[in-house]
Amino acid sequence: MGFLKILGDHWPLAKQIAERDVTGLGSLSWSERSVGLRPRIDGAEVHQSVCPYCAVGCGQKVYVKDGKILDIEGDEDSPISRGRLCPKGSATFQLVTGTHRVRNVLYRKPYGTAWEKIPLEQAMEMVAARVKKTRDETWDAKDEKGHDVQRTLGIAHLGGATLDNEENYLLKKLYTSLGIVQVENQARI
Amino acid sequence: MAECHPVGFQWVMEAKARGATIIHVDPRFTRTSAMADIHAPIRAGSDIVFLGGIVRYILENDKAFKEYIIPYTNAANIINKEFKDTEELAGFFSGWDPVKGEYDGASWGYEGVEETIPAGGHQEAVPGGSTPHVPGKAVTSARRDETLQHPRCVYQIMRRHFARYTPAMVADVCGVPEELFLRIAEALCKNSGRDRTGAFCYAVGWTHHTVAVQYIRTAAIIQLLLGNMGRPGGGIMALRGHASIQGSTDIPTLFNLLPGYIPMRHPKYNGVDDYLKSNTASAGIWSAFPAYFISLMKAWFGDAATKENGWRFNWLPAITGDHSHMATVADMVDGKVKGYLVMGENPVVGSMNGTLQRKGMAKLDWMVVRDFALTETADFWRTAPEVVSGEVPSGQIGTEVFFFPAAAHTEKEGTFTNTQRLLQWHHKAVEPPGAARSELEFTWKLGKRLKALYAASRDSKDDALRALTWEYPESSPGEPDAAAVLREINGQGLLDGRYINAYTELKDDGTTACGCWIYAGCTAGGVNQTARRKPAREQSYVAPEWGWAWPNNRRMLYNRASADPAGNPWSERKRYVWWDAALGKWTGVDVPDFIADRAPTYRPVPGATGLDAISGTDPFIMQTDGKGWLFAPSGIVDGPLPAHYEPQESVVENALYPQQCNPMRMEWHRRDNPYHLAYRDPRYPFLITTYRLTEHHTAGGMSRWLSWLGELMPEMFCEISPELAAERGLEHTGWATVSTARGEVQCRVVVTQRMRPLRIRGKMVHQIGMPYHWSWIGRVRGDAANDLIGFVADPNVHIQESKVLTGNIVPGRRATARRATLGGSPGNAIELPEPGPLRNLPGMVPFKRQPLQNDPEKE
Repeated sequence: MGFLKILGDHWPLAKQIAERDVTGLGSLSWSERSVGLRPRIDGAEVHQSVCPYCAVGCGQKVYVKDGKILDIEGDEDSPISRGRLCPKGSATFQLVTGTHRVRNVLYRKPYGTAWEKIPLEQAMEMVAARVKKTRDETWDAKDEKGHDVQRTLGIAHLGGATLDNEENYLLKKLYTSLGIVQVENQARI
Repeated sequence: MAECHPVGFQWVMEAKARGATIIHVDPRFTRTSAMADIHAPIRAGSDIVFLGGIVRYILENDKAFKEYIIPYTNAANIINKEFKDTEELAGFFSGWDPVKGEYDGASWGYEGVEETIPAGGHQEAVPGGSTPHVPGKAVTSARRDETLQHPRCVYQIMRRHFARYTPAMVADVCGVPEELFLRIAEALCKNSGRDRTGAFCYAVGWTHHTVAVQYIRTAAIIQLLLGNMGRPGGGIMALRGHASIQGSTDIPTLFNLLPGYIPMRHPKYNGVDDYLKSNTASAGIWSAFPAYFISLMKAWFGDAATKENGWRFNWLPAITGDHSHMATVADMVDGKVKGYLVMGENPVVGSMNGTLQRKGMAKLDWMVVRDFALTETADFWRTAPEVVSGEVPSGQIGTEVFFFPAAAHTEKEGTFTNTQRLLQWHHKAVEPPGAARSELEFTWKLGKRLKALYAASRDSKDDALRALTWEYPESSPGEPDAAAVLREINGQGLLDGRYINAYTELKDDGTTACGCWIYAGCTAGGVNQTARRKPAREQSYVAPEWGWAWPNNRRMLYNRASADPAGNPWSERKRYVWWDAALGKWTGVDVPDFIADRAPTYRPVPGATGLDAISGTDPFIMQTDGKGWLFAPSGIVDGPLPAHYEPQESVVENALYPQQCNPMRMEWHRRDNPYHLAYRDPRYPFLITTYRLTEHHTAGGMSRWLSWLGELMPEMFCEISPELAAERGLEHTGWATVSTARGEVQCRVVVTQRMRPLRIRGKMVHQIGMPYHWSWIGRVRGDAANDLIGFVADPNVHIQESKVLTGNIVPGRRATARRATLGGSPGNAIELPEPGPLRNLPGMVPFKRQPLQNDPEKE
């Protein structure tokens, strides 16, 4: 074997036999540098998720390190998708980490010509006040035919198919208690 | 399917690899056609003729799976003497009220059952006023003729009804040659019986029509006749387009429903008792309706809802008509709506007549938009084309606009319900950036603020809000725990605090609370069943331990039908759920969708009610009579059988009936929503159909801002045939302007043989294909196709007709877009025929169908 080792310094095949890596695709394929290399996702937390685009419901794995998403890949465990993602699903990483995402609450005054940034809490307070004011002003205990209706037609909502079930649930629950009936989503679109 | 649901399409390819025949029926040749064995180009809007032709083929060639349809469907049921078919009434069914412009469906019922049979869960679909309501008592006494020979049995009624849907008619109306049509019909029929099944997949190409529900009904008839429902490899698959569009229908952000398809309050109900009685079926799963409704009221109002106060039914707001999206937008334009909250939707691009949407928004006092980026909907007051052009200056728009950045699915936890009714939990991976928050947190905090604002109120209108159960634990500071909300949806026993394991445990005495009865069991045993992730390779192909499907984790509905009447699998090959006589219960690879210990030999005694009325051979337990409905005795407002009506805007006269369009369709007669002539409008000679692309998502809010997707599909275009290009002088990659009476858009031209002119009623018809993803913001931009489309809708579900309309195309770019909403009128002055072709048979309908909104601009 010692001979083979010496020979192997000049003749790769001899080295492959000596190192019991006949194909040369095993340990011999590693360099000092590559032995130390680790995948980007090495040591990352993995969160199981679901693709946010269409309703097929493909499994996604979200890799996170230091509070940042490193990558989003298909989940090979999923009986629906078996690890595959389509062009949109494969772009999920850019969807959630892209520079297009707005980070501030923006406000446009009536008749205003520009957006301005306002604090989240202030915006929440303003919206709650508007909902109350409009609701009180447009409340119909009865409709024009005298039916007991207990509602407002002054406020409407749109959207839900991109949201979670729990979110739709709270929305419908809150709106119903407020007498808001004009609640709709993408199911009719 | 390969275009819009590519990963789902892998299973079609798996089936093909195992020898399945793949048939694609679509106006365009797409990636799906490329992989299919047969592609049939069809005229958009003619599918009921195509599908009705298959129904006729099955009936006239005796191809129905008789062993299946006789026990499992209402084929043998005898219909009332008073029923008259479209064959007898020039395209109308009996019961048409020409004054109200709607049907009274009383004559459509079963003989022997004096009351109308309710359609499970869809009482609200019955037009107000005309409903004799209707527990459908004595459904067990319905008369049947199992020889299928009685002239008034459903089977024979269908034979007469579909007699005119011949292969020659299919060729003439749909443009599908007879031999191609027959190949498809034969392939479907060959694939039926004990050993074989076939599946239908569809998407919005079938639903965006004024006869949308009847498209799906026709497919359901085929699938029932061939014995393809409730069996492995069968079914009708709705391929839906948003991650939780199924969830937002089950737990509806929809005007007409409460969670679990429970109808909203309506003045037609005279108090809670009447409401409960009207919606409680005499038999089947809907016979426990009071338990579902009362448990919901307990979940929402807690101790404040008691039997004595009618479970606070009177706290629910009442609907009085159509409050759907288009009706609301029309009201908005008329100044009746003051505040609007839009979350994760972009109606300026995704909804019809985009300029009308913006005109409505400009009339609001305030608007809230929640999204990732400033969509066209958020920014309309600043950058909309009519604002930039100065037609509607920003300074004249008084709407106060709040934009809240939204958290992404990776920044919050919760469940999506996919298109197969599967709930899958997604975990939170990171915190949302900046001020971005989840809708869960926004809604919870808005509710808390409103409760505080109304805390001191003694006004009865605020009682419901003040009593609303709104205490949720926080998963992190300020953020409500989604798992706790899911547990409320699942439900709890109020005496013992135990989580509900199945909807059958719900009570009508106020001792259970449940936010959505069909989701009961999703946290059975206090365990989040939706978060289960047992790898597919470690379990059966049904994968029951991946997520959780409603109801009761059943992966296939009505799977009792996968066994023969005696309870044995129809064949070894199609084994799924069967009766285990030794154990005295149903078993199989899925959760049986049946009463667990109901023997196949069980027969209800006459007059039985509730679950006792379900025979051992009645697989369709959501239906009052347990049968698959070939003929719908109730629940569908525009007819018990599908009939072909031409779209609102067509190129031809209806070849089937003197009535041109669906008599029940919903029109909005307004100057800002003009319609073309019913057919052969000389200004608009071509058909337009819209669609989505693999590389973009619906109205673009989740795709047009992404460079990766923008690079793949950078620009708005239309697809036309070489023949149309030659006729109109259009060049490949050149510009074209497509116009309708609503407006006009410019786009690049793709000349391709994938679009084929079709010979319809002796005349060549050209179709223009247009994707609808683009608009004026985002990394990739273009005109919005939906600006071309008017408001007109199906009467059952209020969905718009966007998959077929007429239009014109000319070479070159537009100057400034002409928009009817802003008073722009068609530039091409062609003399129109006087009087124009009629949409309605004279004398059969009122002059204008409701809903008619006021048009304040009317001179």
